[in-house]
Amino acid sequence: MQPFSSHTGIAAPLLKDDINTDQIAPIMHSRSLKEDYKAMLFHRARQREDGSEDPDFVLNKPQFRAAGILVTGNNFGAGSSRESAVWSMVANNIRVIVAKSFADIYRENCLQNGLLPVVLAPQDAEAFITRVLAVNGAAPFTIDLVTQRISGPGGPPIAFEFPAADRTRLLEGLDDIGMTLKHMDEIVSWERRVSLAQPWSQATQDSRKREDA
Amino acid sequence: MPRTLFDKIWDFHCVGQRADGRDLLYIDRHILHELHAHHAFAQLEKQQRKVHRPDLTFAVQDHTVATKPGRDDDTNPSGSAFIKAMREGCRKNGIRLFDIDDPEQGISHVVAPELGIVLPGATHAVPDSHASTVGGLGALAFGCGTSELAHILATQVMALKRPKRMRVRLDGRLGAHVNSKDVALRLIAELGVAGARGYAVEYAGAAVRAMPIEQRMTLCNLNIEMGGRSGFVAPDETTLGWLEGRPYVPQGALWDRALEYWHTLKTDDDAAFDREVVLDCEDLEPQITWGTDPSQVVGISGRVPEPGTVEPSRRAAAESAFAYMGLAPGTPLAGLPVDRVFIGSCTNSRLPDLQTAAAVVRGRHVAAGVVAMIVPGSSSVKREAERAGLDRVFRDAGFFWGESGCSMCAGGNGDRGQPGERCVSTTNRNFENRQGPKVRTHLASPATAAATAIAGRIADVRQLLAGVA
Repeated sequence: MQPFSSHTGIAAPLLKDDINTDQIAPIMHSRSLKEDYKAMLFHRARQREDGSEDPDFVLNKPQFRAAGILVTGNNFGAGSSRESAVWSMVANNIRVIVAKSFADIYRENCLQNGLLPVVLAPQDAEAFITRVLAVNGAAPFTIDLVTQRISGPGGPPIAFEFPAADRTRLLEGLDDIGMTLKHMDEIVSWERRVSLAQPWSQATQDSRKREDA
Repeated sequence: MPRTLFDKIWDFHCVGQRADGRDLLYIDRHILHELHAHHAFAQLEKQQRKVHRPDLTFAVQDHTVATKPGRDDDTNPSGSAFIKAMREGCRKNGIRLFDIDDPEQGISHVVAPELGIVLPGATHAVPDSHASTVGGLGALAFGCGTSELAHILATQVMALKRPKRMRVRLDGRLGAHVNSKDVALRLIAELGVAGARGYAVEYAGAAVRAMPIEQRMTLCNLNIEMGGRSGFVAPDETTLGWLEGRPYVPQGALWDRALEYWHTLKTDDDAAFDREVVLDCEDLEPQITWGTDPSQVVGISGRVPEPGTVEPSRRAAAESAFAYMGLAPGTPLAGLPVDRVFIGSCTNSRLPDLQTAAAVVRGRHVAAGVVAMIVPGSSSVKREAERAGLDRVFRDAGFFWGESGCSMCAGGNGDRGQPGERCVSTTNRNFENRQGPKVRTHLASPATAAATAIAGRIADVRQLLAGVA
C-alpha cells in the first residue's frame, strides 16, 4: 500500500450528511472489469439531466477540479460496501477526506487504500469548514499525519485524533495481509483445536452428496 | 463475568491480536459474489498468495445475473465478464461455485442460510453490506470491501476492532399483515441511518421471538441501513427446528453435539450493553419510506412530513428528498399512483415473502399500467414456489416471474425502472438513482408491495383485503 505521511492540496467542500457509496461510485451504465474509476467519482452528481457537466457541482468548479482533500458531513460513505467508492477518490488524487464521521465499512476501505479518513471534533469541524469556505480553493491546506495537524489559510493549525495503530499502518504503508500472515501459526493451531471441539464448523459437507457416494 | 452473546462469539473466534491492536477474528464461512471476486483473485495472484481455506469458501453469481427465463452469461452483457472471471477464479482456487445455472444458485444471503452453510454462533463474511442477513440464524456476520475479501481469502481471518454492543428489544405482538420489514423500517426511522454505527446489534424481545426465521433475516438484513455492520438474533428452538436436515447442517451424532453448543448461545442475564433501545411493536401499522434514505419513513396512513416537523439537522436532506421524489410536504402516502412494483432482493425474497405476496394477489390482477416483477431469492425458492403453484398465481395476476438474483435492488443486472417512475419495492435502499436514473423508490413489505401492485396506488394491505380500498 502507498504510505501516507502528509498531503497538501485544495480542500473542496461537499457539505452534506449521509453521502452514500451509490452517490460516490454509481453503478455505471456499461460495466467492465477495468472500470474507469476516475470517471466514476460522483458520476451522476457531476452531470445535468442532458448529460452535460453541472457547473454547480463542487468538483466541477474550476478552483476545485484538482482538489486533493474532500470536506464533508456526518456518516460519509454509508450504504453499499463497494470499494470502488474509495478507488474512485484515489483515481482522482483525492488523498484525504475530512468528515464529521464515517460509515464503518467505508472507513475500513479507506485505510486499505492509503486514503486518510480524518474526523474532527465538532467545534474544530465547524471552524475548519468556515476556513475552507472562506479560502474557496485559492490556497491549499496541509494534512500531516505525523504531527496530526491540519494547517492552512485562515487560522492556527487544527489538531486531530487518529487511532495510533491505524496511523502506523498508513505512515509505513504496511501490507495488511502481510501483517496478518505473521500470525499464521496461531490461525492454524486455532483451526486444529476447533476441528476437534466443533468439527462441523471446520468442515463443509453436503450431506446429500455423502449419501450418494 | 456475564457476557453478551456478541462477546461469546467474538471471544471464541478471536485467534490473536495483531501488532496494531486489531483482533484477528476467524471467519467460519466466507461467500464471494461476482462483482468483487475477480479483483480479489487478481490481487492474490499478483502477490503470489494462496487461498488458505477454499473448503470454507463459497461463491455465488447474484449481482449481475439476468432474471429473464432462459438466461445465460451474456443475457446481461455488462455482467458476463464478471460472471466468467469469478468462474475461472473459483476453478483455479478450488472454490465451490453456485454458478448461474446451478439448481441452488441465488442471492448469497438467501443461499447460505437455506442450505445450512451458515450456522448459529458462526462468523460469516461477504463482500456485501447486507451480509448480516444471516444474523437471523444467530451468526455474526460482516459485510466487507474487496481488500478485506482478499485478506480473508489469504488468511481466513478479519483484522477488526471490537465494536460496541447494542441491544434492541422489540416488545409486543405484531398486528395482522405487519411484519419484520415494517418493524425494521420503524426502527431505522427512530434511530437514524447512523444510529447503529460502531455497534453490533442483538435483537431481542417478544416480537423477535415470535418471528419466523425468514422475518428475523429481514430484520438483520436492514441492520446496515441504520449503520450497523452486524446484527443478529440469539438462536432458539425456532432456529434449530428451521435448520435441522438442511444439506450442509451437521447430521447424526454431530448434530447432537452442535445442539449442545448452540443452546449456550445466549446473552447472560445482567450482561452489560453499551446502548439499549426498546421499540413497542404492538400497534405498529405497515410502514413505507417517503424519501431517499431508509430513515425517511411513515406509517401507511401517514403523510410526507412538513419541513417544520423534521429535525433541523435533517431538514436539508428532507427538502432534497421532496424534490427528487416529486412529493409535496403533507401528501398522504396511501393513494399515490405507482408505475412499478418489485418484490425480491436479499431483504424479502424467501418463500414466506412470496407466500405473503401470493395471498394478497390470488384472484386479483395487477392494475393497468403497472409493471410488477417478482424475483425469487434463490433457484431453490423459485422451485419450491413453483411446486406450490405460486408462479401461476403471480403470472395469472400479471406479474413478471423471473430467475433468481439481486435484480432491481441495485439494478446491477440491467433490471431498472424508467426515469421518473414511482416504484414500491421490497428492497433495502431508496437511494436516488439506485433502481435506475431518476427512479423514485418507496421501500415497503411484500404485503404492501403486492397490495400496491393490485391497487395501482400505494395501498394499505389491510384495507385491500378487507375490501375497503
